[in-house]
Amino acid sequence: MRADFIFEKTTKVFAFLSVAIVSLMGFLLLMESWPSIQQSGFLFLIKKVWDPVIHDYGALPFVYGTLVSSGLALIMAIPLSLGVAIFLSELAPYYLRRPIAFLVELLAAIPSVIYGLWGLFYLVPLLREKVEPFFIDRFGFLPFFEGPPYGIGMLPAAILLAIMIIPIISSISRDVMQAVPQHQREAALALGATRWETTRVAVLRYGKSGIFGAIFLGLGRALGETMAVTMVIGNRPDISLSLFAPSHTMASVIANEFAEASSDLYLSALAEIGLVLFLVTFLVNMIARLLVMKTAKPFAAV
Amino acid sequence: MNYFLRKNVNRLMLFATFICAILAMIPLVLIFSDLLIRGGGALNFDFFTQLPKPVGETGGGMANAIAGTLMLILTASAMGVPVGVMGGIYLAEFGKGRFSSWVRFSADVLSGTPSIVIGIFAYTLFVLPMKGFSGVSGSFALAIIMIPIILRTTEEMMRLVPVSLREGALALGIHRWKMLTFVVLKTAASGIITAIMLAVARIAGETAPLLFTTLGNQYWNFSPLEPTAALPLQIYTFSISPYEDWQRQALAGAFVLIVIIFLLNALSRLIFHENKN
Repeated sequence: MRADFIFEKTTKVFAFLSVAIVSLMGFLLLMESWPSIQQSGFLFLIKKVWDPVIHDYGALPFVYGTLVSSGLALIMAIPLSLGVAIFLSELAPYYLRRPIAFLVELLAAIPSVIYGLWGLFYLVPLLREKVEPFFIDRFGFLPFFEGPPYGIGMLPAAILLAIMIIPIISSISRDVMQAVPQHQREAALALGATRWETTRVAVLRYGKSGIFGAIFLGLGRALGETMAVTMVIGNRPDISLSLFAPSHTMASVIANEFAEASSDLYLSALAEIGLVLFLVTFLVNMIARLLVMKTAKPFAAV
Repeated sequence: MNYFLRKNVNRLMLFATFICAILAMIPLVLIFSDLLIRGGGALNFDFFTQLPKPVGETGGGMANAIAGTLMLILTASAMGVPVGVMGGIYLAEFGKGRFSSWVRFSADVLSGTPSIVIGIFAYTLFVLPMKGFSGVSGSFALAIIMIPIILRTTEEMMRLVPVSLREGALALGIHRWKMLTFVVLKTAASGIITAIMLAVARIAGETAPLLFTTLGNQYWNFSPLEPTAALPLQIYTFSISPYEDWQRQALAGAFVLIVIIFLLNALSRLIFHENKN
């Protein structure tokens, strides 16, 4: 029985490694960002100036960019993903469900850097030459459409993020919808509801918390997404209401400046942004998991 | 609401969901066709055999980046696969109580952590003490990304193995560890291999955690302690450069990368379904 004992303990050591990695990650991030935390404390997140030359570090432009780009992405992705999920779980003929689900999930397999490249070479020119001039002409008086049509900026970043989170939101909310018991639908149908009313009353309402969970998972992905955003957002730490203005996100500033950070405090400020990102995505993902677990069975790593 | 109105709302909404499904597939078609036309067109034999050329000279390839990516994947798998598979075996077979819920929780946290943050972690753990960028720090970051994917799938696949099979093995008088490795693990193998392939497909295109760990390299390098070229890094650097020939190379690289990733995805599905039937 000694061999069994050794086997169990060996697997336990390996299992412990993932706990150790997470703890060490949190600890090292905190250590690395400690000088910056000491210097500016909570002010760090609401200070507007980011100037490494004079050692003035404020993360507000990045927090703003991250929140706005993720928010815009959600606005675009939620209706579309829910439409896909309803179509796949309630309406599509059975022979179409598998192939369509496979194609939508393939979107999730495309690496971030390829989205960025596609955004840079195809989306940005399209926006610069066609879409943005049109909006500036017609609605230029609104603060959202101010400024010259650079092409790069908040809008392409949000569009890419939306495309990237559609497979996540749609596949998980489809799982949630499929977990809704059949008798819910039959009850609604028996009362004379149409297909759409059945979906709305029986499926969407029943799976509400799970669908919110799926949206939160999408949000968690969007908040930390780096490469695609970095390549198209313009990387300028300004706060502007305009969708066409270059911006910066928490992830993109790390990607751009970490390798070149010349002083310890500079590196520490960037690490603090990383720490905040770690904590925020952690919270968002935990909320998402709790919400999804209320309706569907717990899901494995996404 | 009258019957007529309800019927038409129904039609409209059902049609709208159909449109959503079409819209969601458009980006995939656009990205793939664009890469096929411009990226596939830029592809030639040199791409797989030559080093990148300096600015101003046309031609060259990404041979070192392809080799670097393969090296990174191999070393990352060497670290990530054992941790994932062994951890998964633990969760499936011995995993009860508080400790195993901590393990599951950690895996969930890891799978939700942005890859750039994992990059910072690898930087502080390897690059700072070693005082230099290195391939091994990048493969460590990639291994962390692999772990949760492999761990949770291994657990699920081990649990799917019927109890009768385990009991049959034990009834023959073999040790539990032999039963687990030679019967249960072997039965679950196709599912676990699928998970490993999906994890490899995922890290093959990861760029963010490599930016300040492996850094990239314009020359050949086979030492894990030196900066190493990687295909996604090279695509990134070349695509944001202002030089047309570099951008052309980036497109070719992106095409190669996406083909590799789609093949891995398709192959893993094939293996999984083959064994399920």
